[in-house]
Amino acid sequence: MKERLEGLRGEALERLKEVSDPNQLNELKVHYLGKKGQLTEILRGMGGLSAEERPVIGQVANEVRAAIEAVIAEKQEAFDREETARRLRSETIDVTLPGKKRETGLVHPLTKVTQEIEDIFLGMGYSIAEGPEVETDFYNFEALNLPKNHPARDMQDSFYLTDDILLRTHTSPVQIRAMRAAGGKTPLKVICPGKVYRRDDDDATHSFMFHQIEGIVVGPNIRMSDLKGTLLQFVQAMYGENTQIRLRPSFFPFTEPSAEVDVTCAQCGGHGCRMCKHTGWIEILGCGMVHPKVLEYGGYDPKEVTGFAFGMGVERIALLKYDIDDIRHFYNNDLRFLGQFARL
Amino acid sequence: MNVSYQWLKDYIDLSGIEPAQLAEMMTRGGIEIDSVPSRNLGVTQVVAGLVKTKEKHPDADKLSVCTVDAGTGEDLQIVCGAPNVAAGLKVPVAVVGAELPGGLKIKRAKLRGVESQGMLCSAKELGINEKLLPKEQQEGLYILPADTKIGASILDVLALDDSILELDLTPNRSDCLSMLGVAYEASALTGRPLTLPDPAMELISSGEWASERVKVKISNPELCSHYSARYIRGVKIGPSPLWMQNRLIAAGVRPISNIVDITNYVMLEYGQPLHAFDAAKVAGGQIDVRLAREGETLETLDGKERSLEPHMLLIADAEKPIALAGVMGGLNSEVTDDTVDIILESARFDGGSVRRTSRQLGLRSEASARFEKEVDPGRVLEALDRAAVLMAKYAGGEVLDGAVQAGAANVEPVVVKIGLDRINSFLGTRIPSLEVKTIWSRLQFQAVETAESEWQVTVPSRRNGISRDVDLIEEVARLHGYDEIPTTPIEGPTTTGALTKPQAVRRELRKLLAAAGLFEAISYNVVSPQRAALFPQLNGSAEGAKPIPLAMPMSEERSVLRTVLLPSLLEAAAYNQARKTNDVALFEIANVFHSDETALTKLPTEKTRVALLLTGNRVSSAWNRQSEKVDFYDAKGILDSVFERFGLADRIAYSAAQPEHFHPGRTAELKLERDGGSVSIGYVGQLHPDLQREFDLGDTFVAEIELAALYDHVDASIKYRTLPRYPSVERDLAVVVGREVEGGALVAAIEEAAGELLESAGVFDVYTGERLGTEKKSVALSTVYRHPERTLTDEEVTEAHNRVLTKLEQTFGAELRK
Repeated sequence: MKERLEGLRGEALERLKEVSDPNQLNELKVHYLGKKGQLTEILRGMGGLSAEERPVIGQVANEVRAAIEAVIAEKQEAFDREETARRLRSETIDVTLPGKKRETGLVHPLTKVTQEIEDIFLGMGYSIAEGPEVETDFYNFEALNLPKNHPARDMQDSFYLTDDILLRTHTSPVQIRAMRAAGGKTPLKVICPGKVYRRDDDDATHSFMFHQIEGIVVGPNIRMSDLKGTLLQFVQAMYGENTQIRLRPSFFPFTEPSAEVDVTCAQCGGHGCRMCKHTGWIEILGCGMVHPKVLEYGGYDPKEVTGFAFGMGVERIALLKYDIDDIRHFYNNDLRFLGQFARL
Repeated sequence: MNVSYQWLKDYIDLSGIEPAQLAEMMTRGGIEIDSVPSRNLGVTQVVAGLVKTKEKHPDADKLSVCTVDAGTGEDLQIVCGAPNVAAGLKVPVAVVGAELPGGLKIKRAKLRGVESQGMLCSAKELGINEKLLPKEQQEGLYILPADTKIGASILDVLALDDSILELDLTPNRSDCLSMLGVAYEASALTGRPLTLPDPAMELISSGEWASERVKVKISNPELCSHYSARYIRGVKIGPSPLWMQNRLIAAGVRPISNIVDITNYVMLEYGQPLHAFDAAKVAGGQIDVRLAREGETLETLDGKERSLEPHMLLIADAEKPIALAGVMGGLNSEVTDDTVDIILESARFDGGSVRRTSRQLGLRSEASARFEKEVDPGRVLEALDRAAVLMAKYAGGEVLDGAVQAGAANVEPVVVKIGLDRINSFLGTRIPSLEVKTIWSRLQFQAVETAESEWQVTVPSRRNGISRDVDLIEEVARLHGYDEIPTTPIEGPTTTGALTKPQAVRRELRKLLAAAGLFEAISYNVVSPQRAALFPQLNGSAEGAKPIPLAMPMSEERSVLRTVLLPSLLEAAAYNQARKTNDVALFEIANVFHSDETALTKLPTEKTRVALLLTGNRVSSAWNRQSEKVDFYDAKGILDSVFERFGLADRIAYSAAQPEHFHPGRTAELKLERDGGSVSIGYVGQLHPDLQREFDLGDTFVAEIELAALYDHVDASIKYRTLPRYPSVERDLAVVVGREVEGGALVAAIEEAAGELLESAGVFDVYTGERLGTEKKSVALSTVYRHPERTLTDEEVTEAHNRVLTKLEQTFGAELRK
């Protein structure tokens, strides 16, 4: 019987060697190890063995079974691996084809720039004030020290609706409104972003409607050096810590002294390039110390408080920042344009 | 103002300071100089020469062969094509080796077989703008004065060795609309002394009084504070000296004749416009400065007949208007070649009046620009004298004694008090007292030190912008140098910066809409009346508002304020589709302007709104997917997610509506529930097909919502709800109802009938089809029941569900589909 068992092992292992597919393997498994298989068949003869022989033969039978099972398992595993590999191969896709993008939109580049500037000033403790786009002559001019017939009204030709009501030519009237709303309280620190309108023929650098951001600070001891400090802090937050500012005396009716502010050209870092016309500087801001008359109109006593104010054109900053060649792109709402401002 | 560097040197020693350096100093000091072009655009070796002979070219009709003495030692033979060449003329000669602007090099050449040793030049060939030349010099060779030295460099003769400082003046520095003003500024910046003309010293008595010949009266003193006139007898009209012409051209003024040139020259020098009348044409020798009378007209020097209005200030003689004060002279009193005697005017007219008249007539000139900014009262007489002296010298006139005047020559000087402490605390500087004193003296401001470092400063009349201490602080600051002012942090209490609720809402809204695939648009707030009339339920007209027109629009396209946002988005969509961008998803947040007044007396209402537009595909087709067109529910879904974000979803109700210009079957009105009632906040829907066609758009879905109403109800609070601990029971049902029954109504009825156990209910399918006929549809709804503290029994749910079924049956005649 032992010989039969050994014979079975030899035969089974021999046949298993030849197996080439899982079905055949399964057939052989049933053939040798199944309930009606060869091994069971042989073991049926165990009944005729003596008590001494039985454990010996039993052990041999177990060994034979284990040997066959081991080979079958090994084979099975190989077939499984192959099968998995085959499935994965068949599932392979072309990873270079385009993905299914979740289409998202964007805020307008002018909004993007405005928000950047707002965030810097919010961080510096400023609030954001808003006011009407249609203004009275009083808020737009008179209260800003631009009485009727003032030559400086030439600087900003306006769209009047009536003799006394016009589209605001700057966001400065919001400064007056913010001062009045503060009711004489100090410190006042606000910025005023918004649309403004001037009678300009539209061309690559002019638009009759554009956006400004102005700021005003009023307090008991606000100095011109504070204005410089504030602007430096702002431009370094906006353009990087190596940015410098340069003030040039200028004139605005609502500030005295007044200055235009040049900043280090962000494009070339001040070395000179096409953008800054090889000067290393780019003019982006106007500023000054709030004129005493304007403080009075705002409800403050110029003997008690001083203040500074500054303003910038959002379009100009965006044009420079993104190197855009024509201001009119901002208002055409061409998606080929609007889609370009996707970066952080 | 264009300032000739060489001319400026008449008044101040600029040695060692190049034009570009001066320009930089002035710019840093507050007078911006845009550019400093050289007058010489590339002329070398061009000299003055005498045309000695002129023969016809043997082979060419239009050419002449000339012998020219150019001071080179021997006569040159030069072929010339200019028709005005003639023997005896002195002209610019480009000798062999010369260069002309544009890089032209003069070589020995043969022209039609005749040798030419150079070229005779026109002004244009020398790079001079011919429009600035006297009329007779605009074509052909530039004819030089007979006394020009032969062989002299043309750069010297025409003063081309010069640079022009192009001043871009701010309105407060009209003092620099004069050479003297610029000289004062240069002196303040450099610390170098000034040499100024003193014309009163140069006047010679004629022994006859001007007042015998001319009388001056100011009838409207509020518009003319000072008028002065001189009488110059026996002038000879002719060209002004070349040096004067050169300076006028450098400043951009065209020379005309000696008398006119002198008035212009002195205007440029002193900033005081002058006018010369032909005395013979001034009736009665009477000058009256008065307002125009109804119906009066005047033919101005430009040959145009002007109807005068009663607000316009005139110079009139005994009979008629002879000039528009400060704006333009009249043809009837013009100086001509036959003029013998001159009445010369120097006056101070009211800036506002000149401005109004010049604007209204479209006559803006160098003179009106100066009057508008108020001329220096201190120079009215000095300029008059200066011009009189020059007329005596260069027009052979005799100046009668005395200036005939009316009004006040002098105005009270402005005196301002200022102290060192105020200066330094205002600027944040530590400027020493001595430096401030030096600044006063450099500016030539008279400053009396009333106490230690306290001054009483008398402001010269030429600086009319200075009236307060801050104006003086600016003077100190700019001469001290803005760069020298330190940078400091603001002292005092700190403040917190934060967005207001509306600002925060708008920011979040932009973010949400962008995340939903929409691009933000920014459109003009000034539109055409046609656009403003669209969407009456949104443009304010339903409440009686009319579009607000601009008083003087630049075009019809942009003539009224925007009343509704959507038309701008429609235009943007059409604009994009015309450029082959077919899938358009846009939003805009902006104000619309409404007023119920026909003529505004108060500010219009500005309403902040959001509008959105979707057209084309939501998903464009790709290698692995089909395109999907946008539909109503895309637009509505975007709004839904917005409302959810703002905690408003429960307050918003949609109901079918038929506003104009919308698709009547595909539009909903949005209402916000508040304070027990509800308020309409806008619409969402498809554009009416007619409007789609008008804008050449396919199916387009839009919404426009008022934001102001939302701000107060935005609920930003977040409260955690315990996660459910007991399972829910779901029951789906499908009912057949009439087509007109709205899903929203079914859900509302379920919520009402189901009782407290209902957690949620919603539509998950709608079916219409032949089997149901054209009148019916099947709506599949899901309901979820849950009890927070225990597991529901089947009986409880069934009971609630039966109530629902009964309710649907009773209310809508719904049949349960099985």
